[in-house]
Amino acid sequence: MIISVNGVSMRRFFASVAEISIAAVSIVSAPAPAFAAEELNALVWCDHTDPALVEPFEKANDVKVNLKDYEGTGAALSILEQSQPGDWDVLVIDGVDVQRAVGLDLLAEIPADKLPTADIFPEVRMEANNMKDGKTYAVTEKFGYNTISYDKTKVDPADMKDLSIIWSDKYKGRIALYDYYLPMIGLVALGLGKKTAELSDADMPAIAEKLSEMKTMSKQVSDVVSSQTALATGEVDILVGGGEWITAALSGEKPNLDWTVPDQGAVRWAQSIGVMKASKKQDLALKFVQYIVSPEGQARLATSSCYWAMPANMKAGEHLTDAQKAALRWNDQAEYLKKTQLYPIPSAELDQKMQDAWTDMMQQ
Amino acid sequence: MSTMTLEDTERRKAWGFVAPALLWTIAFFVVPFLFMAAMSLWSRQSGQIVRAWNLDNYIAFFAKDSLFKGLVNSLEITLIVTVLSVLLAYPLAWIIAERVPKRFQRLALIMAVLPFWTSYVVRSYSWLLVLSKNGVINQTLMTLGLVSEPLEIASNRTATVIGFVHFFVMLLTLTIYANLIQLSPNYRRAAADLGANALQTFWHVILPLTLPGIMTGAFLTFVLCIGDYVTPQILGGNNELVLPQIIMLQLGRRADFPMAAALSIILMLAVTAAYVLCARWLKIERA
Repeated sequence: MIISVNGVSMRRFFASVAEISIAAVSIVSAPAPAFAAEELNALVWCDHTDPALVEPFEKANDVKVNLKDYEGTGAALSILEQSQPGDWDVLVIDGVDVQRAVGLDLLAEIPADKLPTADIFPEVRMEANNMKDGKTYAVTEKFGYNTISYDKTKVDPADMKDLSIIWSDKYKGRIALYDYYLPMIGLVALGLGKKTAELSDADMPAIAEKLSEMKTMSKQVSDVVSSQTALATGEVDILVGGGEWITAALSGEKPNLDWTVPDQGAVRWAQSIGVMKASKKQDLALKFVQYIVSPEGQARLATSSCYWAMPANMKAGEHLTDAQKAALRWNDQAEYLKKTQLYPIPSAELDQKMQDAWTDMMQQ
Repeated sequence: MSTMTLEDTERRKAWGFVAPALLWTIAFFVVPFLFMAAMSLWSRQSGQIVRAWNLDNYIAFFAKDSLFKGLVNSLEITLIVTVLSVLLAYPLAWIIAERVPKRFQRLALIMAVLPFWTSYVVRSYSWLLVLSKNGVINQTLMTLGLVSEPLEIASNRTATVIGFVHFFVMLLTLTIYANLIQLSPNYRRAAADLGANALQTFWHVILPLTLPGIMTGAFLTFVLCIGDYVTPQILGGNNELVLPQIIMLQLGRRADFPMAAALSIILMLAVTAAYVLCARWLKIERA
């Protein structure tokens, strides 16, 4: 089994790791000053549970940060629903779901001058997601791509430049599909020449048809750990939906693994961080957010022990080694950002249709 | 002044003994179950849970092939696993009970259940590596020249069944063994006195007497297998979904708890049906 220490990402990962380690379903407390004056509770993705990320903040502020990682926005919202107002101070959330949290009145406004917005890559500032009515509620902290990862010794890298390869029969039975319907439907849409932000009900029949073709050509549909294992062990040669978060950490051990952004583009994911509106420690929570999006915090977050991905703050590069930047493809970001589109952000009704199409595909 | 009879005292004592378990069951099973049943009659519309009673989720279950197929897949896999596990566990339990010397039986049982001591998840991932294209089985078969192409035994139903059977054979071995060692040797002697040969003795005497052990293990296998998410998720390659996987799909991003609750109720009904079918053999007392 290949469980990457550094390169594994996203919500499906959380489920797998939580099953492997029972402890992961409980609150993970990073080591902290023995007699910290205050505590801060943060509901986060697993990359924030790396002590190397949290400890410097704890020591500098004499605070103990209690971290709980979760799987999927739905799970986070149910945790919040079952909590008392004020239980949570900080929330890390899928960038495409910030408006969902804002709509539920969960996030506090963050004064614009308290954030290093000018230092954030313009393409991932995501004002439409992180802001509402001119007010900022969250800030992008990390991003990456759902694209194509492959074994360059087994496939022709030139083929990987064309997204239609995912439903052609050239590599039939040698493809794994990442099991998360939103980015995968986004990739299919890109392959069909559609924009992820403009998807509607009318697009679903064509997408469902391509999903079906893609499934026919694939060997498996699997979560991050299984996908990564399949790619690393040679069970499959291509992982559709993978990206730097699958291969970056394996670059030393498995130099044959690579990833690319096809000519038609790929899907970009981003995670945002915000302060909980009901938090009784607004100042401290904001301080934590500021630390996470600071160049130092960003470099640590980008290379945290759960998975690697690009930091949103451009100045983080000053704190990354050349090897780390190479693994993250730092110098290619300008091109990648231009070619990629954000996850689809469907309405509840379209979301249901997308999930149904994905379920139908798996059951075919 | 009222006088308390001996019967009243005994009744109160009995309630005193029963009360903790009863309260526990009410608090942690009955109440959550009723809440889940109620939630299954709500619905999720436009991203919000609507607390109006309706049967939409149950109707959707029967209307959408992909959902209904989840139950069909679950039942098929569970039945295959249960039958295979019984067929493999019975001879193993019989050998341990009848052929292994008494002083080694405990050791043999420990050896039989040793895989229980490892993590369920780790064991499933290990099977994935064993069954994969470059795994131990395929590499051995290829090296021996028995196959020219790797067998497709990973990331499909075959892998799921193998992972399950490996686990449940251990469970069934225990329940059947416990039944076998309780049988008095006099049954066998009486059958022999009446002219029965070994096969007839097994078929007409031993097997019927060990049915409670078989059915208890089979029922446990059914319940644990049909509700399992981890094994099909890791070994099945999502090439078909079982009901627990479909339940998880409702929760991941969309938080459609009403639909997840409805599917869970359907899963419980399947388990209840299995219990009703096995009930006559699941009595604690021996007939």
